[in-house]
This record gives sequence, structure tokens and C-alpha cells, in this order.
Amino acid sequence: MIIKFKLNGREVSVDVRPNELLINVLREKLGYTSPKYGCGIGECGACTVLVDNEPILSCLMLAVEVNGREVVTVEGLSKNDELNPIQKAFLEENAVQCGYCTPGFIIMAKKLLEEYSEPDINTIKEYIRGNLCRCTGYINIIRAIMKASKQNR
Amino acid sequence: MSWDLNRSNTHIIPFEFEYHEPKSLDEAVELLKKLGSEAKVLAGGTDLLIQMKMGVLRPKHIINLKKINGLNLIVDKGEYLSIGALTKLRDIEKNEIIKSRFPALYQAVKSMASIQIKNMATIGGNLCNASPAADTAPPLMVYNAKLKIYGSKGYRVIPIEKFFKGPKQTILENDEILVEIMVPYPKPYTGSFFIKIARTSMDLAKANVATKIVLNENDVIEEIAVALGSVAPTPIRAKTVESYLLNKRFEEKTVYKASKLVLKDIKPITDARSTAEYRRYVSQAIVYDALINSYKMIRGEKK
Repeated sequence: MIIKFKLNGREVSVDVRPNELLINVLREKLGYTSPKYGCGIGECGACTVLVDNEPILSCLMLAVEVNGREVVTVEGLSKNDELNPIQKAFLEENAVQCGYCTPGFIIMAKKLLEEYSEPDINTIKEYIRGNLCRCTGYINIIRAIMKASKQNR
Repeated sequence: MSWDLNRSNTHIIPFEFEYHEPKSLDEAVELLKKLGSEAKVLAGGTDLLIQMKMGVLRPKHIINLKKINGLNLIVDKGEYLSIGALTKLRDIEKNEIIKSRFPALYQAVKSMASIQIKNMATIGGNLCNASPAADTAPPLMVYNAKLKIYGSKGYRVIPIEKFFKGPKQTILENDEILVEIMVPYPKPYTGSFFIKIARTSMDLAKANVATKIVLNENDVIEEIAVALGSVAPTPIRAKTVESYLLNKRFEEKTVYKASKLVLKDIKPITDARSTAEYRRYVSQAIVYDALINSYKMIRGEKK
């Protein structure tokens, strides 16, 4: 069936089978590869995207379910080739090593900073507790989110 | 639920199915009646889709309930709070009435999963999935929640304790849908609390407990409810603990004695998350702690 939705501000329309997952349609049919396939069972958060401005796991959502809705991936965060403050802070604080988990963290940080202009460390941990990183030990990720929150002011 | 990761890869759903989006309850029930056990209803999908990826379930039809209006609302009905079965866990966590009047339910939802999962998973899905470890079940049991069910024979309302039949089994007929959870407001001088033991708090429970007490002016327990999860085939009420404490004065040593009696109420097993032995020990401790904290909630010593 044909589904239509807004992807990073742009209307897209794509033909999908009912058993296709949102992540695979984004990556393979539309070429948006920032959502990563990690565990596939809702433990790791690497596939996090925003649907109607709420973070969800794109590997646990049928593509047909976003028909008529709005999806944002990390590709939608930068404007005119200028990185978003969260992306910049992740680079500056070395919060990226292998990079596989990074898009999920950045989406969660975006939602967090929308709701709290200056989150404390516990709030940051609450928001990223569904995202696993096997490289950084999380410290630099938390530091990057704090840095981005200060630039937001 | 423990997953057999060797069963298959989880990148795709490896079979085709027909997808339905009913716009009304009647349409959904009609579909369920026609398709019978070949159909599965889809709410949040955070359990169902994993089971489909793993090949545990291979439904021929998926009926998405989320296009039916009015099933995802939290409404104050005066005597009780009405929670639509398709209400997202995240909306429950953010609801001020639930936080202030039903603290054990708030604590339970707060302890569950990640924000991403809570933006997808629904309270009705958590109940209908009927995991013995479902964190929303013990609080709803101590608050005497009733469940409103709709099917081809119309509506019926049952107490939540009658809902679970066994692991992954409920009393729902093939053509029935859970539509609403009705939670009566607690009386004044009610204290309630939820505790979960898990590897990290977002994991599934090794054991969980919710308690509720109502005291009179002399600290005598006029009403009590204790419910546990993950320590029996379904979430259960600890009736032995309850009847021991009813009409007694709330005192630490009495509560301590009562909490030992929980061993008469539970039937834990050893599984991937914990051993039966550990569950027996920890159940006594969390029943005690939850009762003491329920008392502190009444005294206003705890937020």
C-alpha cells in the first residue's frame, strides 16, 4: 500500500508491504540511514526517531503506522549544512566513537532539550536510559548534552 | 519474557499478513469475530512485533486499534478515573491526577522501560499481554480497578483480579477487546506504594509489589491490599498478609510478622531473571518496605 508522511519536513510517498518496519523503509527505500539497527527487540535505542515529535523505536513500528504523520531523523536536524548545536557538542566533547548509537542519543537529546532548557544529570540519565553505548562509557555523551543545553539559552 | 535470540534475526518480520485499521470498536469486533485466532490486535506493538520477528507468533491478520477514537484518554469521572486501554504509558507517567492520587501506579510506570518504549506501549497492552511481571497490574489490583471489555455480546465489566488466567493468558474471548480501565479514587487517609526489584530499574521485574492501606484515627488498618507480580503464574493478591493485618494497629513489628506470611501467597519459579529462592526472600522484604512506605505516604513523610 502507498503511505504518505512528512519526513524531515518534506512530504514523501512510498509503497510498502504491511510487514515492513519503519526503520527498513527509512533506510532502504528512502535512503535515510541515520536510524541504526541494533538489537531489534527494544533494548538499545539505536533506531530512535521522532514520530509526531515523540521519540519511538523505528524497528518496532510498522511503516504503515506513520501514514499521515510526521517523522524526523537526525538528517532533519541540521539546516543548510550547518550542524545542530547538539551534533556540534557531540563532536566537541568526543561523545562519538564508533558512532553506531549516536543518532539515537542525538534524537533523545533533542527531545530532552525541548522539554528542559537546563536538565540536571538525573534528567539526562532518565532520557537516555533506553540507549546503549558500548564505546564511550556515557560520560562524554552526558557532557555533550550538558554543553548543548548551555548553548541553547 | 525471555527471548530466544537464536530463533531468527530480528531485522524483519519474516512473513506477510493482512493489515486492518478499523475506525470503530464495532468494526474491530466484527473483524475479530470473522478472523478468529488468525488475527492479533496491535496496540503499542512493543511485545507483539518482537514476538512476530522471533517467529513466536505468525498471525495472518493484524488489527491496529489505534485509529479508533477515544480509547487513549484519561478522564476524571468523579468517583473513578477512566484510563483508556490505548493510553500510552508515557501519558500515564505525565498525568498529574495519577501522580497525586494513584502514586503506586505512577511509580510503577515510572520504573518501566525507556521513554521510547513508553511512547509506544499502552496500559491495555501491558495488561492483555498478561506477563506475570506486568508492572501496572499490582498497583491496579490494590486500587480495585475494574476492566471494561467490549465484544460481540456487548460490554462487560470485571474486577482486574479476574482478568489473568495464567502466563500470557487472559479471560478475553477471541472477539473481545479491553477498552477501559476504571480506577476508583482512594479514600482520605489512604497510603499506597510500589516497589520493583530488577537488574536495572528499566528491566523486567524479578519481583514487584504494590500495597495500599487505609487507617482510622487510631492507626488501625481499616482496609488493606497487597499485590505482587513475577512470583506466581499471574499477578496475585497476598490474601494471607492482608487478613493478618486487617483491623490491627499499624506497628512495625506487626507489619514485619505479616510480611513473612507472603510465603503462603506466592508460588515463584526459577527462570532467566531470578531464582525461586531469591524471589521468596525478596518478596518478604519488599512487602514490608512497601507497607512501611504506604504508612509514610499517609503521614506525609514521603513524596
